[in-house]
Formats: sequence, C-alpha cells, structure tokens
Amino acid sequence: MNAFKQKQAVLQTPGGHDRPGGGLYARDRSWHPAALTPAYKTSVTRSPTRAPISFPTTLGEETGPVFTRDRLGPLDADLVHNFARSPDGAIGPRIVVQGRVLDEDGRGVPHTLVEVWQANAGGRYRHKKEGYLAPLDPDFGGCGRCLTDEAGRYEFRTIQPGPYPWPNGPNDWRPAHIHFSVFGQSWGQRLITQMYFDGDPMIWRCPIVGTIPSPEGIESLVARLDMEATIPMDARVYRFDIVLRGRRQTLFENRMEGL
Amino acid sequence: MQRIARLKESPSQTAGPYVHIGMLPNFAGIDGVFDEDLGARMIVGEAKGERITIRGRVFDGVGAALKDVLLEVWQADAQGLFPSQEGADPAFTGWGRQAADMDTGEFAFETVKPGPVPFRDGRLMAPHVSLWIVARGINLGLQTRIYFADEDEANASDPILSRIEHRDRIPTLLAEPKGDGTYRFDIRLQGENETIFFDF
Ligand SMILES: [Fe+2]
Repeated sequence: MNAFKQKQAVLQTPGGHDRPGGGLYARDRSWHPAALTPAYKTSVTRSPTRAPISFPTTLGEETGPVFTRDRLGPLDADLVHNFARSPDGAIGPRIVVQGRVLDEDGRGVPHTLVEVWQANAGGRYRHKKEGYLAPLDPDFGGCGRCLTDEAGRYEFRTIQPGPYPWPNGPNDWRPAHIHFSVFGQSWGQRLITQMYFDGDPMIWRCPIVGTIPSPEGIESLVARLDMEATIPMDARVYRFDIVLRGRRQTLFENRMEGL
Repeated sequence: MQRIARLKESPSQTAGPYVHIGMLPNFAGIDGVFDEDLGARMIVGEAKGERITIRGRVFDGVGAALKDVLLEVWQADAQGLFPSQEGADPAFTGWGRQAADMDTGEFAFETVKPGPVPFRDGRLMAPHVSLWIVARGINLGLQTRIYFADEDEANASDPILSRIEHRDRIPTLLAEPKGDGTYRFDIRLQGENETIFFDF
C-alpha cells in the first residue's frame, strides 16, 4: 500500500522562479542551539566544526512533500488508544495537546504533517535501545501523527509522559517532554523540536533544554495548561504552538497571486 | 517607531535516540499503529529514468558510524520536476526517509537519478538530492546535498557548487558510482573531509 499520496507544495513563487522574494526568511541561527554544546556530551563528536555555506533557496528548498488525509487512520492522533489492546487505553494522566502550526508572520500552516513520539507515564520508551528500569505499558506505543486543518490547528490525545534519567552527566534527567517533527510547506521549514510542560522544575536543569541559548527560546517550547479548554472528568488540555520559518512576500507578489 | 510583529521560529531540539518511534515506528518494532513507515518507498510504480541506490554511512568526529541516525531526502524526478509540477512522474514521490541500520550504520535510498532543476536565475543546477540528517547529539537538523561524481560537466557549471570557495571540499558532496546503479555517499560530521553543510 502506498503510505501517503504526495503532491508538491509550491510556495509563493508567482510568475516564475526568478522573481525576487518568495524565499524563506533567513534562519536566525543564534536563536537555535549551536551545533557544539559540550554540556550535552554527544554533541561534541557530532557537531560540524565548519560554518555552513549559505545559498538562496531554490525550488527544491521551497517545495516539500505533501501528505493527504485519506491515508491517516482514525486513531493516529490518539496515543491513548492507538497501540492499546485494552479498551481503557494507556496508563497515565490523560491529556490533550492542541495548538497551531504557524509561520513567523503568524499565518497558520494548513494541511501539514505533525508527528510526535514520547515515553510512557513512567518515563520509558518502547525502543530496543532503551534500558530504563521503569516498565513498559503494554497499552502504550508512543507514536502519533496528524495533519493540521486549514487554519493550521492540530490536536493529539495522549498521556503525560514521565521524566527519565539518561546517561550524560552523573545524574541527568529529561523533563517530561513530547518530541515533535513538523514539515511545513517546504523543505526549508523542516523542523524537529520538543514540547515541555508548564511548571516542570526539571526543564531548567536539563542539558538538552540548555542547548537553547535564551530563556525566551526555552519558554517558547513550554506548553501552557489551558484550564478553560480542559475536558471535565476526562483530560487536561495543554496548548502548544509551533512556529516555522516564514517566507518573503510583497504586495506585488500577492497581487500576482490574485489576492 | 512602529514595531514589526513577527514570531520567532520554534527552537530546534535534538531528535534524540528514540526518533524511530515517531518517524519509523514499524522499523522500531511498533507494529499495528501505522500501516507503513512514511517515506520507505520513493518509487511507487513504473518510474521513469535511471533507478539508483544511494548508500552510505554518517561518521562522527572519532570515525565511528552513527547507528541511530535518521535521514530524509527530497529531490526532483528524472525529468527535473518536483512531484506535482505539471508533467511530473506520478510513480515517483520525491521524498524518502530511512534510518541507518542499528548494527552497521549503513543507510540506503532506492530512488531515481534526478534531472537538472533551475536555479533562481534560470541556470540549471546539476542533478542533486537534498539530504537532511537528524540524530542524538545533532541539535539542529543538518542540510546538505548529494551530487553525482559522474556528472562532471553539470557539476562544473552548478551555481551552488560554483560559490564554494574551498574547492577541495567539493568532493564531500559527490556520490561515487560503484556500478549496478549504486552510489556511495558517506557523510563526515567533523575532521578531515568534513562534509559541506548548507544554510538556506
Ligand atoms: Fe525523549
């Protein structure tokens, strides 16, 4: 079976690719973690030492794979139930994670694929290279995916993952987190990041979180508890927006698109 | 002065060692959630053009192959068209995702050799495949390009390769033909022959 039908997403390159504009905003690399962050030890031998070479985006960077809804299963975005044999689902505090995928101009990014993975409520991953002594939950797999709607909204139902220890310093723990992979509408927007939970004291002790240069950057990955949206007697809601790179646009270009 | 209200991109965080759970769950042994791992097959019918396999490994600064790395590629079809451009090959997806073998670190993409694609000014770029690399210890996904060592003429006039000042580094972007349609493309994250990575 073909997993997903893929179509091209052409960004705003109206009237031919050689027009000015249409490219992505330059990535602010000082806002992202540096490649070499010695407190996160594995980065020491896995970080390029030479500066990356810049070039203006071309069609290959301004397009990307597009995934269509028809290939998604009904439980893909429900981590409580998508691996479970028990109708009760996975063990752990039930939560809904919802938010929007936006670009840097605040526009929703529609119909883009969002993939997530996480540990179970005890902090254990279902993975052959994982040896933490906390037990697996037979009803929890740990993966989910969905497409954003036309406004860029997405939603997952899951359980709150537990913190877990990891080999780095003598006593390093990851704060509770959910990994996110997002495509956007072009190859140049591709991003992997992690979501943290409001109020978790482990956030500020974590060497991986600490690779982010500024407290503002870190705060932007902390999901907020949304009590108004919370479903009584069922699940708390955490809100988490993801921002992808924006793209240059001029009024001239908008008119060329017929807007 | 007025303020320009613009959001900041979400900061990147490493994909970590368990990236396979979310991105290749069947490969990770999590069966029955998704029917097939996304990006496993790039050729979904009678694709036009030359079938090729790109194999390689990703080496760290002490020369060890990464066994937990995940790679994605994005490329034009044999005619140089991206998937839903007018006339693009419906039997070719343009996008692939593979994990390195957990024992050997070897990865392989079965694809077609891409055709040339225009640069911004209309000049043709040499056939190439865009490659994105994520893993534990990589804080921001690494972007590079796979060009082909048997495309001398096209490579010589490629607008991106032309702007690389240190000419001796260009071979780090060239996949070597090994016969039978197989190309070898090893990536070195550090050290002598550190692969060229791009920022765009
Ligand atoms: Fe994790």
